[in-house]
Order: sequence, then structure tokens, then C-alpha cells
Amino acid sequence: MNSVPSPFVRAALDAASATPASGIAWLDAARRENLEAFAAAGLPEGRNEAWKYTPLRALSQRAFALADRTVAAGLAVDPSSYALPGVEGARVVFVDGAFRGDLSSIDEHGIELVPLAVALTEQPEPLRFALAHRYHHGAADAFAHLNAALATDGLVVRVTDGVVASRSLHIVHLSSGVQPDSAWHVRLLIEIGKRAALDVVEHFATAGDAAQLGTVVTNVTVREGGRLGLMALQDASTATTLVRRSQVRLEAGAEATVHALELGGALVRHELQAELTGDRSRFDSRGVFALSGRQHVDTQLEVRHMARDTASDALWRGVADGRSRGVFRGAIVVAEGADGTDASLSNKNLLLSGQAEIDTKPELEIYADEVKAAHGATIGQLDERSLFYLRSRGIPSAEARSLLTLAFCRAALESLPNAVLREHLGERLVAHLPTGPAAD
Amino acid sequence: MHMLKIDNLHARVEGKEILKGLSLTVNPGEVHAIMGPNGAGKSTLGNVLAGREGYEVTAGTVDFAGRDLLSLEPEERAAVGVFLAFQYPVEIPGVNNTYFLRAALNAQRKYRGEDELDSMRFLKLVREKLKVMQISDELLHRAVNEGFSGGEKKRNEIFQMAVLEPKLAILDETDSGLDIDALKQVAEGVNALRSPERSFVLVTHYQRLLDYIQPDFVHVLAGGRIVESGDRHLALKLEEQGYAWLADAHPELRKADLTGAPA
Repeated sequence: MNSVPSPFVRAALDAASATPASGIAWLDAARRENLEAFAAAGLPEGRNEAWKYTPLRALSQRAFALADRTVAAGLAVDPSSYALPGVEGARVVFVDGAFRGDLSSIDEHGIELVPLAVALTEQPEPLRFALAHRYHHGAADAFAHLNAALATDGLVVRVTDGVVASRSLHIVHLSSGVQPDSAWHVRLLIEIGKRAALDVVEHFATAGDAAQLGTVVTNVTVREGGRLGLMALQDASTATTLVRRSQVRLEAGAEATVHALELGGALVRHELQAELTGDRSRFDSRGVFALSGRQHVDTQLEVRHMARDTASDALWRGVADGRSRGVFRGAIVVAEGADGTDASLSNKNLLLSGQAEIDTKPELEIYADEVKAAHGATIGQLDERSLFYLRSRGIPSAEARSLLTLAFCRAALESLPNAVLREHLGERLVAHLPTGPAAD
Repeated sequence: MHMLKIDNLHARVEGKEILKGLSLTVNPGEVHAIMGPNGAGKSTLGNVLAGREGYEVTAGTVDFAGRDLLSLEPEERAAVGVFLAFQYPVEIPGVNNTYFLRAALNAQRKYRGEDELDSMRFLKLVREKLKVMQISDELLHRAVNEGFSGGEKKRNEIFQMAVLEPKLAILDETDSGLDIDALKQVAEGVNALRSPERSFVLVTHYQRLLDYIQPDFVHVLAGGRIVESGDRHLALKLEEQGYAWLADAHPELRKADLTGAPA
């Protein structure tokens, strides 16, 4: 631990002292413990294996005050800044981390949607298991500690047994752009009942550039035979620092499919962790990051097979241009006794510039006997032969490059069942791809 | 007025001089066949004309209908009317054939200041061309050349040519690797596109193709230059006698230039 806390840590401690107690003894104790753990360990440093490719030295010198909730609550917001074609169900909007009831529509048949602050006032006890959770990895859990200590807003989602929601739930994290150097923390708790199903679109959007820190910790439980579809569209401002941890626990026969499209952000980390605790459960993940400028986006995927006859399939694509850096770690862990596991992971990456960097690290840890597991990772460049072929037919160089890059990413998005949304995301991706001449 | 005038063209690939003073004039409506031993520079010629990277022109000029062709980007060459049918068409997974072709046609039209075709007009055009080329429209729904047989790839090249309607088509060994039925189909496609305004340069190793596409001129490319020109009887003579006889008329050619053996 550092003897002198960094500006980042000092600002977090100040933020905590300005946060009123909840009055719930176990919650206040948990917040305090997490804050102490955070202060003691500080931000992870270069020696920390889990953060090896995402250095935080510069971040540790920055101070983020807590975003002002009163300001966030009163801001006029243009709904078009987060409207998504094909996503027309219930919507929950957070502006700079503050729940905005006036922008949200939470009446949806069969789904219980309760803002965290309301749930804590009315019925805190069921949340105790999740919110009083202790993390054990010191600095590697710094942002989880921070979120647990400071998140007062969030959402509790429950889908009743047997209910199959027909429309997607849209969760929006909007950065207002008017509160620079501020931090917000959101906690999401999602429980999908037995044989129930829900599609969620989690959406990081921005209404203006302001350097903000956001953390989101999401816990999902999918009960027996339930199904979750989660699409995470991260199109935050390129001034944003965003750290997310999404934990998905799957009971027997449960299934989850996660899609991720990472387009925005300055410094972004997403820890996507799946635990297949029930027999025959299944977890599929697909994702794309497309980076330019000086963006740094780090995806840490961890799939733990802990029961029999479970399956997982991961297909991730990365594109880095300019001086950006993409990091992907994909770990598959097959626990002792998880026989019959079928796991695969593919990560392919494209470097569009000589100054961009991509670090990819597939990992397999297998402690069971009857297991089928495959993994592979590649880093390459656009195929010059393909590029010339397209140009020889009249397609200008920039367009040819973006066409080939989109084709490269397509495999990771084509399994998204919502066709309207899928097409829209394809367009967003294209708009985000470099169109200028190749930089070397 | 000529369509293409190549004058004293010298070109290098990976530091090695392949074209050494090639000259050739093609007028509108003409079909020229270029034959020659392996390594003579046949494919280099096509690639230089289409503007492929890595092919460095060190001397000479190429005039295309009054323009300096060598100063144009590959996509500009396509837009002004030059089409190269590849010897090895590239497979591009993830890019739909129809989408690709429409993007190409509209990019060319935009460059020429013409209006772009909407999908209705484009599909109508494509259906007409499919009929002429006798190609099933199933091919349109697949990714560009992905999983195509050798014959399908070559027919797809001719189909693209039919849709893009170039002024000058260069066919780089389009006949190689084709069985006789596929060869006939490709030849029929080419013949259907012959017109007084459109010229063809057929680069080929075998005279077989010329049984189905009658050339106006036949040239022998050896040692990086056109060393002999004639009508289709020249192709027949090459078929019977090979290239060795050229050594008598062109003592400057090395033996390797005529056998295709590595220098």
C-alpha cells in the first residue's frame, strides 16, 4: 500500500464522507469496509497481473468529485441522445449516475423494475447477499470496492418465474457532458426467474464531452431454465473513464448470451464473468471493439464451468487504429467435476495502424477429465490482396478499408436476434471506423 | 483514336525488372491476345495497368483515352473504364457479392459524375446481366467468391465485367484452371460483351481460349517486351512450335526468356 494516498484515492475518500449513511446497519458497514479496503490497497499498479496491460498511473493522479445529483436530476435531456431503433420496451435512464424517473418508463408486464434507492427504503433485506459481498483480490478489485462503497443509485430487476418478456429492457447510462471531472457509480441487480426470459440492452451514451469516471457493477442470476440476452453498447464520450464488472450466474439449464460493442471511451475496462453453476447451463459471448485516437479498451472475459454438461462459446473481434490500444483476456476455467464441458473461444484482431497495439491472452485452466475445449487468438492486418481487389472494381481506398473491417467484425454481431438493432449497430460501427487514408 | 497506348514501359517487382520496354497500342473494339512463356511478364502487365501496389514503373508511358493512366489510383482507373479480370480472384468473407458490386458500380458512377443506382434499378441491371452470363442468382447472395469453385470465380469475374461495363477489359489468364465447359461459358460471356467501343486484352498461356474468342491481334511477350505480333495464325504457330524459334529472329533474348525457366 502507498503511504501517501494518490489524488484519485483522496477524492474517493472525500466523496464517501460526503455521502449520507443509508441507515441500514449492514449496508453502511459494507460500504465502510469496501472503502477501507479500497483506501488500503489503492489502484492496481503495473505489477498487478490482472491490470498488466491497462496502466493506471495517469488515472491515479486525477481527482474525481462525486457527480452532483441535484444537477443531474434537473438537467434537460434530449431523448434522441439515447434512442435506439428496435429497442422499445421499458427504459431506465441514469444521468451522470443518477436515476431519472421522469425519463424512465418502468411499467412492464411481468418484470419488476425498482430503482435501487427505492428498493433499499422499502425492502433492503433481499439485496443483502449481493450488496454486502466481500471482494478478496485487493487492488485488483479496486473499482468493485469503490462501487460498493459509493453506489447509491442503481436498479433491481426481477422477472417472475415463467415470464418471457417480449420487449427489450433498455438501461441507459447517459453522461450529461456538463459535469467534468466527476464520478458516478451504479449498481445493477438482475434476477431472471425459472424458465423466464429477458433481453437487456445496456447502453452507455453521451450528450457532450466531459471527462468523467463511471463504474457499474452488475450481478445477474438466471434461475433454472431461464434465459438472458444482454447487449452492451458502449458509445461513451471519448473523454470517459469507464470500469464495469458484469457477473452472470447460471443455474441448471439456464442460458445467457452477451453481445458487446465497444466504440467510445478514453479508458474502458469491462470484466465479464460467467459462472455456470448448474448442469447443462450455457453462456455465449460475442463482442467487438473498434478503437481509434488514443482510446484504451480492455475486456476481461472469464467463464467458469462449475457443473456437468455445460457449454460456452466466445467469439470476439478487435480493431485498433491510430494510437489506440485494445486488450483482451479470455479465460476459460473448467472446475473439477465439470465433466462434459464444451468450451470454445476465438479472438481475432485487426491492427489498422503501426502505432496501435492489441494485447490478447487466451487462457485455459482445466481441472476436469471429460472436456472439449478450444481456443485461439490472432492479430493481423487488412489483407492487401482483398483491398486491391475492391479498389480495382472502383471502390475508393477508405471505403474499401471500412468495408473489409466491417466484414471482419460482422461474425461477432450477426447472432444478435434483434434484426433492427443489429443493422443499426452495424451502421454505428461503420460510422466509427476510420475513413481516412491508412496511417502507418 | 487509340484506346490504350503503352509506350516503352519498364516495370519492377521487388527490385527485379520484369517489363523492359513494352509497347502496345489497342484501338476501340479490338481484341488483343498476349501470349508468352512463364515469367515473361504477362501478369505483371495486367497488374501494372490496374495499379497494383508493389509494381513500380521505372520508365515509359501508358495513355488511356487521352489520360495518363499511371497517375491514377486503382479505383480511378476502374472508374475511367479499365477492368482487370484476376487470375486468382480473391475470396472476401463477410462482404456480400451484390452489396460489393453495387458499391463498386455506384462508386464508379459517382466518380464519373453520373447518378447512383438505387437498389431497384441495380437489381434490374443485375438480372439482365445474369441472364446473359447464364449465372444463377444464388451466387449473388453469397460472400464475394467465398467457397466458389475455380470456374465460378472466373465466371464471377466476367459477370462483374458485364455489370461494370468497362471500356477496356484485361483478362489475366482467365482460362487457366478451367475445364472445357467452363472455358466455353467464359468465352461466351466475353463474346457477348464485345462491341465496337470495348476493347479486350487477353493474357493467356494457351491458344485454346482463342478457339472460342477470336482475337484481332496476337502478340508474343518475352523478356519483358512484345517481340512478335501477328494475327491468330501466330497463336497456332506457337501452339505447334513453342517459343524456341523466336531465338533466331531475336538473338538478344536469352534461352531462359523463351523457356520460362528461372533466370
